[in-house]
Amino acid sequence: MMAEAQPRGEPAGWQDEVFDLLRRHQVTQFAYVPDAGHKILIDRSLADPDVYSIPLTTEEEGVALLAGTDLGGGRGVLLMQSSGVGNCVNMLSLINSGRFPFLTLVSMRGDFGEANAWQYPMGQATVSVLEAMGVMCLRADNPAEAIATVDAALTMVFQAGRAVAVLFTQKLLGAKRF
Amino acid sequence: MAPHRASRDLTAATAPSFVLDRREAIPALLGRHEDFLIVAGLSGTSRDVAALTNNGTHAYILTGAMGAACMMGLGLALGRPDRRVLVVTGDGELLMNIGALATIAVMNPPNLSIVCVDNGHYGETGYQRSHTSLGTDLERMAAGAGIRLTRTIEQQADIAAGARLIREGNATSFVLLRVKPTEPPRDQRLLDPTGGRIRFRASLLGG
Repeated sequence: MMAEAQPRGEPAGWQDEVFDLLRRHQVTQFAYVPDAGHKILIDRSLADPDVYSIPLTTEEEGVALLAGTDLGGGRGVLLMQSSGVGNCVNMLSLINSGRFPFLTLVSMRGDFGEANAWQYPMGQATVSVLEAMGVMCLRADNPAEAIATVDAALTMVFQAGRAVAVLFTQKLLGAKRF
Repeated sequence: MAPHRASRDLTAATAPSFVLDRREAIPALLGRHEDFLIVAGLSGTSRDVAALTNNGTHAYILTGAMGAACMMGLGLALGRPDRRVLVVTGDGELLMNIGALATIAVMNPPNLSIVCVDNGHYGETGYQRSHTSLGTDLERMAAGAGIRLTRTIEQQADIAAGARLIREGNATSFVLLRVKPTEPPRDQRLLDPTGGRIRFRASLLGG
């Protein structure tokens, strides 16, 4: 429903590169709440027979899922929209207190060029909420930055064991048109 | 007020099913607990599992993050198809994140079983009644979510069938174990979430 939100004039190839990067780092559990900003990543995970693509009813399920993934020695990623960050707050206690590695890619709403007023409260609170719960936030404003930032986040999460959110901003994704 | 009266009537109708003692029924249902990787939800079930396993390294015991247990079990089960994974959770925790049952049903890992110990109350906070003693049927919700193998255990004679289901099911299974609202075993839980993670992984993965 947000197909028109592809960055104007930018090829979508960076999202394929992000998927390939995640796969090269042995990420095999892709948990998501349906989201146009993550459409390519979601579709790639659904098409890949070697990964689990896990549709969630609410984002906090993905937080707990990834803790379980780690207990088994696996790696996963949570794909969500900024509005979903608010649904995760208390569940991030698990990540924080258990020192579980945690990687989430967040497609931003309610920032650069947003036309829908409903998206602003959670969009503008996304960084504060994540940081309050001990999740580091890295922003990506263009395709080159997106790839480099996901690459950096993979190291921070799976080598240093940290909790990291990569924010794909609306400068990168484009603002949904109404 | 009519709605209140309806709830009380329903309670009267369902109350006799909460008769098993958790301190006997849970060990009987789980049997050789070492056969499972276990995730135990907070409150009563964490105390049940800590006591049963003597805080074994094959159990990750939550004492917070209410609503996490089922999804942790899913992540673990998907990543470790070679092991049987058991989630032991309570009615209160399951109600807090009931949508997880739909997510689990979609993925349907055959090596995952969920035991919901349903005492109809929030024992940890002073035994306030939960929705399950006021009419909510969690087995029907699990079946409605799409979980293929479900069963309610209300009496001693049912336990053997439940034990088979959690060990031999060829799809994700869900067992609702109805028990009296009585105290779980004495608290001997490991309360360190990071330490619990480290030793669980060390035991399972080595190193």
